[in-house]
Amino acid sequence: MLPSGKRGGTVANTFLELRGIRKSFGGVDALKDVDLTINFGEVHCLAGENGSGKSTLIKVISGAHAADAGSIRIEGKTVGKFRPIDAIRRGIQVIYQDFAVFPNLTVMENIAMNRQLMTGARVVDWKKVRALALEAMERIGAHMDPELPVERLSVANKQLVAILRAIINDAKLLILDEPTTALTAREVEKLFSIVRTLRDRGMAIMIVNHKLDEIYEIADTLTILRNGAYVSSGNIREYDRRRFVHDLTGREIAQVQYRPSEVGEEVLRVEHLTRKGAFEDVSFTLRRGDVLGITGLLGSGRGEIGDALFGVQPADSGKIILNGKEIHIRYISDAMENNIAYVPEDRLTQGLFLDRSILDNTMAASLSAYFRGLSLDQQALRRDSEGWVEKIGVVAPSVDPPIRTLSGGNQQKVVIAKWLNTKPKLLVLNGPTVGVDVGAKADIHRILRDLAQEGVGIIVISDDLPELIDNCNRILVMRNGRLESEVAGDCDESRLADLLSGREASA
Amino acid sequence: MKKKSVSGILTSNQMILLYIIVVLCVLIGTRNQAFLSVSTAITLCRAMLVTLCFAVCEMLIIISGGIDVSFPAIACAALFIPIKIMTDADLDSVPLAFGMAILIGLIFGAFNALLIAHIQLPPLIATLGTSSIINGGLLVFFGSREISNLPDSVDAISKQYLFTYTAPTGFEYKLTILFLIPILLCVFVAVLLRYTMLGRGIYAVGGDANAARIAGFNVRRIRVFAYTFSGAVTGLAAMAYCILMRTANPKNLMGSEMMVIAAVVVGGTRITGGHGGVLGTILGVCLITLIQNNLIMLGVPTYWQKFVVGLVIVLGTSITSLRAKRIAQGPKV
Repeated sequence: MLPSGKRGGTVANTFLELRGIRKSFGGVDALKDVDLTINFGEVHCLAGENGSGKSTLIKVISGAHAADAGSIRIEGKTVGKFRPIDAIRRGIQVIYQDFAVFPNLTVMENIAMNRQLMTGARVVDWKKVRALALEAMERIGAHMDPELPVERLSVANKQLVAILRAIINDAKLLILDEPTTALTAREVEKLFSIVRTLRDRGMAIMIVNHKLDEIYEIADTLTILRNGAYVSSGNIREYDRRRFVHDLTGREIAQVQYRPSEVGEEVLRVEHLTRKGAFEDVSFTLRRGDVLGITGLLGSGRGEIGDALFGVQPADSGKIILNGKEIHIRYISDAMENNIAYVPEDRLTQGLFLDRSILDNTMAASLSAYFRGLSLDQQALRRDSEGWVEKIGVVAPSVDPPIRTLSGGNQQKVVIAKWLNTKPKLLVLNGPTVGVDVGAKADIHRILRDLAQEGVGIIVISDDLPELIDNCNRILVMRNGRLESEVAGDCDESRLADLLSGREASA
Repeated sequence: MKKKSVSGILTSNQMILLYIIVVLCVLIGTRNQAFLSVSTAITLCRAMLVTLCFAVCEMLIIISGGIDVSFPAIACAALFIPIKIMTDADLDSVPLAFGMAILIGLIFGAFNALLIAHIQLPPLIATLGTSSIINGGLLVFFGSREISNLPDSVDAISKQYLFTYTAPTGFEYKLTILFLIPILLCVFVAVLLRYTMLGRGIYAVGGDANAARIAGFNVRRIRVFAYTFSGAVTGLAAMAYCILMRTANPKNLMGSEMMVIAAVVVGGTRITGGHGGVLGTILGVCLITLIQNNLIMLGVPTYWQKFVVGLVIVLGTSITSLRAKRIAQGPKV
């Protein structure tokens, strides 16, 4: 079953070797015969779309799940029974997406806590707690006030606390699960420099990620999973983008920049829109066929414009003209009456009823249209929901399972379907593909392009520059609450990045 | 330890509470010269005694991320059943009285723990249920008649004092020996919370139970400890209350839960868990007791007291909650 010789380093240098790992849950195979080799002094990326088995594999490595079959070798020795505590004892440390830090405790206590628990201490020696924290910081040259409560730290620094905690716990293999999801570009840079420092000192590092650019930046080696199965692995240099995307999705995804076949009459005009403290004097127009991008750094006001158009946080002054008619948006209900739809930034808390079915979620924004007298037309609801699921390509056995059980990409498709069912004239999407994998991302982009051609005004608010460049024919750049400039969609990515941060574009 | 900034200490929750208490005392003192005296302090201590025990337990549970509204009922059972049994069987023993009270408290605390840590009921629902079961059970099995003749040796404790203060008027103010209970409890819980892994575990579980599990804490055992320990201490405090009142009444303490929870939260313990300390709770109990007992000296009519207490609860909890919100939304480093 070992197809090539590329799948392992020299034995002396290898920390972890998985062979033929299988794991199924209730008859569904989550992992089918997966191999993985991780070497010391190497950053290994585990890539795969949602549902590819990455999380399950991490849980097997961390001892949280026992594999049904296959072997685990750590530093050349086969391990038998493998519980979380065994994984930690052998130097495997996982940093989960939520970092599992204690917001109510101080930095130093967070860093030292696990170590103290490991040593079985019953009494807290605060001097030692402080010393451990300072030692961990010194090892990677980090500086933080050890007395600060973690709830007052930024996401990036919470992550740093989690990393420091792993370091002081004698980690030999550090596993980072989607570590860049909530970080700004600069924070990602900083994280990667820490990762490189640790790697250069000989630590083995595994990063779970699906952002291609970041993988190219940080990875030395790579393993790709798809649908729970091993696809390929090797040095990052052996992967060009095409092979990467192909291995990831199992299909060819052609990236064609969006150009509207024709730009028609005006759909939306915004004049001097202002909300104090958020954005000021923003004016733009959107024509039929346009996919308009709005970008900017965090705090530039890009998201707040979406909130204002949908009445979440209405603007203080300025005009909004939709299809030639001035409209006033004070509340969300005003926006909905005017057929404006909004896919919010955080779909989990703002866009979905996680425990309700796909059917309920797709119909949630348009229920009033289904009343027949005092009761809802259940048949029509089901018919329309199933129609959307098929049209938009939600991967699910039926419309009945709860949203919680779907992958991020499918959840986002449901949010979009919910709004499309209201027959919107204007669809505003805030970070539409955050946490969405490559395949689903391409599907969502296709949907947006189709809608724009059908005459729905589309605004995509995002900080994912490649996404904007590929899908928007016009991009507005926000800086410090002001509309800084407008560029055409075929703009160069580095120029766009310069515009965002306010650096002068090189001529 | 690095020194915390002076301004940080001066604006901490405890200090603000202390300012309010001092201002209140000065206000009452200007109205009523007799207020600022040793005798007031002794009366206040006596009035705080039982509330403080309950509050420290409640604090422990709230820090761990839970809540307990069953302690008044547990206390009623823990003071009434032993006295009833001892009266009926003609027994008279101090250790027996306290022993039974603690045991009964422990059993009901363990019952709460079973519902919350094992069956995973929401703490509010579980303890409401426990409260109702005990309350109803007491009425069914023992009726509602109070027993005003405590066994002699038990009753005698009410006449033992830590010290006696003779006022210039010649009147004697005596601090009951039972005041040792909250003192020892406060010291014990303060040390437990600060210097033991179990104590830090309580904070950890209240901060993020999942993170605590991953870190290697036994989350279930920590929760079981919080509720069982609280039950036992509630039993102990209930017997002390019984002796102070010199009567065993199966209903007197019912309804005191809001006051205690208010004192805890006013004392800086966040109702959402993970934050709080013994010192703040002592101050919170002090403030609430002052308002309850001494507002009348400010000329506030009795019927206004409930209103003012309610106001303090809302204001006090709002301040804590606003602080938490400000931290959550405030600038991050």
